[in-house]
Amino acid sequence: MAEILERAGREVLDTGVGLDEAGVLAVLSLPDEDLPAALQLAHEVRLRWCGPEVEVEGIVSVKTGGCPEDCHFCSQSGLFTSPVRAVWLDIPALVEAARQTAATGATEFCIVAAVRGPDERLMAQLRVGVAAIRAEVDINIAASLGILTQSQVDELAALGIHRYNHNLETARSYFPQVVTTHSWEERFETLQLVRKAGMEVCCGGILGLGETVAQRAEFAVQLASLEPDEVPLNFLNPRPGTPLADRPVVDARDALRAIAAFRLALPRTILRYAGGREITLGDLGTRDGLLGGINAVIVGNYLTTLGRPADADLGLLNELSMPVKALSDVV
Amino acid sequence: MWCDRCGESLTEGSHATCAAARSLEPPRFCALCRRRMKVQVLPAGWRAVCVEHGETTS
Repeated sequence: MAEILERAGREVLDTGVGLDEAGVLAVLSLPDEDLPAALQLAHEVRLRWCGPEVEVEGIVSVKTGGCPEDCHFCSQSGLFTSPVRAVWLDIPALVEAARQTAATGATEFCIVAAVRGPDERLMAQLRVGVAAIRAEVDINIAASLGILTQSQVDELAALGIHRYNHNLETARSYFPQVVTTHSWEERFETLQLVRKAGMEVCCGGILGLGETVAQRAEFAVQLASLEPDEVPLNFLNPRPGTPLADRPVVDARDALRAIAAFRLALPRTILRYAGGREITLGDLGTRDGLLGGINAVIVGNYLTTLGRPADADLGLLNELSMPVKALSDVV
Repeated sequence: MWCDRCGESLTEGSHATCAAARSLEPPRFCALCRRRMKVQVLPAGWRAVCVEHGETTS
């Protein structure tokens, strides 16, 4: 067995403490023949420190497109020639989306908006939407609305928002190559406010933006230092009209190495499959990741693209004898 | 007729890549008039509206 995996077995599996940056880089640099052992160890770490349950979530975009920011991977930026048009979701459709999500057995429903940060119109929509969902659907409500002020954080906490997502997206050293309209530090500050207000912190990013393997390791330990409750792991799905439209898709073996490495950096965190897994990993790779450190999935569609049918993922979890986390376990 | 993914004419060039991509994407252009549509992706489907030709759903 590779030396780094022996070390990870002692340090991570036995103590629940994540690998340091050098260790994560060593895992990301493992040759293909060591990948099965890395995934197996990551799976054992996940089972030891998180348990066998898988957390299922659905997401929906309440405000799509027309974003003033220039995140180079995003088809919703109004600064690129993407075909995505600005559109708002009305409250009945939002409630129906929550109902569809709950019907899959999901415990989390995340309301997402393509904005720099919420304005009063969006906050008003959220207030009404959250109340409407609460009246009809039994599910935890999460939100992802960009950069927040203290008063907005306080209001979201008062509304009972269970978890707040704000991705750091990539390593601090690479972020300026991906986003120029705001800083990594601004995102980090919002996450600190969210934590202090008592909401769960959901913070992940996207692999395949052009970062180096060393920057992937840097990113993993930067996330670990934040101690997030959840890390959604996306793989770039190059979108037409964006500056990253011609980037290659992440190689499946590199994606699996990253899953194992992020699990070994974050042994106690919910590590969620998010966007891009369908084109990066396909069905077989999806299974490998669930047996290699992943313990949460977004089911159904994403914000502007489609995912696997929820039944396909739920069937796979059943086949792998991985129970879906129940609402009573997380409330 | 227009490709509902890239908005180009279906009679010009191959749209095999577009067709493959559409398995994991909603339409973005109206196939009848090439207008960009307002598209909402929902957990279990999508809804697209062309200002001229109305709504399409998954």
